[in-house]
Amino acid sequence: MLRIIQIYGTMMVAAMGQTLLLALLSLFFACLLGLFFGLLSTVRNRACNIIGAVYVDAIRGWPLIVLAYFVYFGIPMLIQGLGFKSFRMDSLQAGVIALSLNCGAYMAEIIRAGIQSVDKGQMEAARSLGLSYGKSMFKVVLPQAIRTMIPSIINQFIITLKDTSILSVIGFPELTNTTKNVSANVGLPMQAWLLCGLMYMVVIIILSKASKNIERRINRGR
Amino acid sequence: MKKMLATLMALGLALSLAACSTSSGSSAAANSNNSSATSDTASGSDKVWLVATDTVFVPFEYTDEQGNFVGIDVDILAAIAEDQGFQYEMNSIGWDGAVAAVQTGQADAIMAGASIKQERIESGWIFSDGYYTATQTIAVPEDSDIASFEDLRGTSVAVKNGTAGADYAESLKDEYGFTITYFDDSPTMYQDVIIGNSSACFEDTPVMLAYIKQKGIALKVPEGLESEGSPYALAIMNEDNQEFLDLFNAGLANIKANGTYDEIIAKYLE
Repeated sequence: MLRIIQIYGTMMVAAMGQTLLLALLSLFFACLLGLFFGLLSTVRNRACNIIGAVYVDAIRGWPLIVLAYFVYFGIPMLIQGLGFKSFRMDSLQAGVIALSLNCGAYMAEIIRAGIQSVDKGQMEAARSLGLSYGKSMFKVVLPQAIRTMIPSIINQFIITLKDTSILSVIGFPELTNTTKNVSANVGLPMQAWLLCGLMYMVVIIILSKASKNIERRINRGR
Repeated sequence: MKKMLATLMALGLALSLAACSTSSGSSAAANSNNSSATSDTASGSDKVWLVATDTVFVPFEYTDEQGNFVGIDVDILAAIAEDQGFQYEMNSIGWDGAVAAVQTGQADAIMAGASIKQERIESGWIFSDGYYTATQTIAVPEDSDIASFEDLRGTSVAVKNGTAGADYAESLKDEYGFTITYFDDSPTMYQDVIIGNSSACFEDTPVMLAYIKQKGIALKVPEGLESEGSPYALAIMNEDNQEFLDLFNAGLANIKANGTYDEIIAKYLE
């Protein structure tokens, strides 16, 4: 174990950096996707609701590993087939697309549930005071909904951070991929995986503590 | 009625459990039937040596069109077991799983085209004599201009985790300024080159030639870029299994002397 840290320590820390980069970029886009499709599912328009539901069903029905292969190999194949022979997609781009689509679907459901958990009367009251639908949603309903959504969102963030490990199959140099490599080189898989697991755990504990703080701050006004 | 249903379900569960255990037992026996046939004449020891291996590492181990688990490793071990009269069970559990199985004592040895590496010896691995020496080289898309390592500068190459090909790429990357992407399995690695994300992939020369020919994929192997080669060996971690290593080495010498070894190599690499 010590020998692994000595020889591969910096390499594994750098890989953790790649894991965090992939996770944070994906979470950012997943929030946007989730908000967009979550709102689509709650507006009073049948077509919008259907689009929201189709996105969630289509993405939730695909295992992330399959989605990753499809984005990484399928999209370039398609675009090259359309005549853009020089089109390339690197594993970070593919990873961010696959992970944001995946996480976005879950976020959309969390946001939809959060909005629907706010009493209908809140929207009706805001509307009867003359606020537009958008204003009522963003100024009245969403701020209340966020409080109930926060624990689920934090949970989803942690799941997504760990899901980055699945992107090791398309060769993205994140922590799990690097650990496979280290373990194969040194021939000590148990030690290498223990170290890898501990690194994930430490980072996730730090992040959950930080998000608990944010949660407390948001709830302070209550 | 309820009671009858419960009894039926319990019976079903027991049956399916029994089915599971017999099927796994028979597949292990199928892998080792060559050894058990000869073990009647064995010199007393009835220890069954557990050998872990990879799932797909053509032509060293893979499942053929008929669903039989075959390959150079499989045949060599069978021939050595016949020669030395020991019993064994070969379990195909994947490279990572096989290494872990030996480390944790779930298996006695690994035979999966493992190359002898100083780093592994320092970690406590004990290798047998090399049973095959493969050179490593690169494969590039059929329409690629790459003909030397210099042409790889600034590009990314694909390798498979833990292979001699990966070591070869790592030994060249600083000199020729390319980066390495690590994949879990060969099909994904080749796909990455075909799609153009990686400019080339590094792998054992015979493995790559066999794969390209067998699958008819759009890759070619430029000439003159082979490594010096590294020997493959069976490896153990627990010193108590030294006896098995000795049996293996003695048997290997015998099958090399009587021509069985050459027959096996010719069978897979012609």
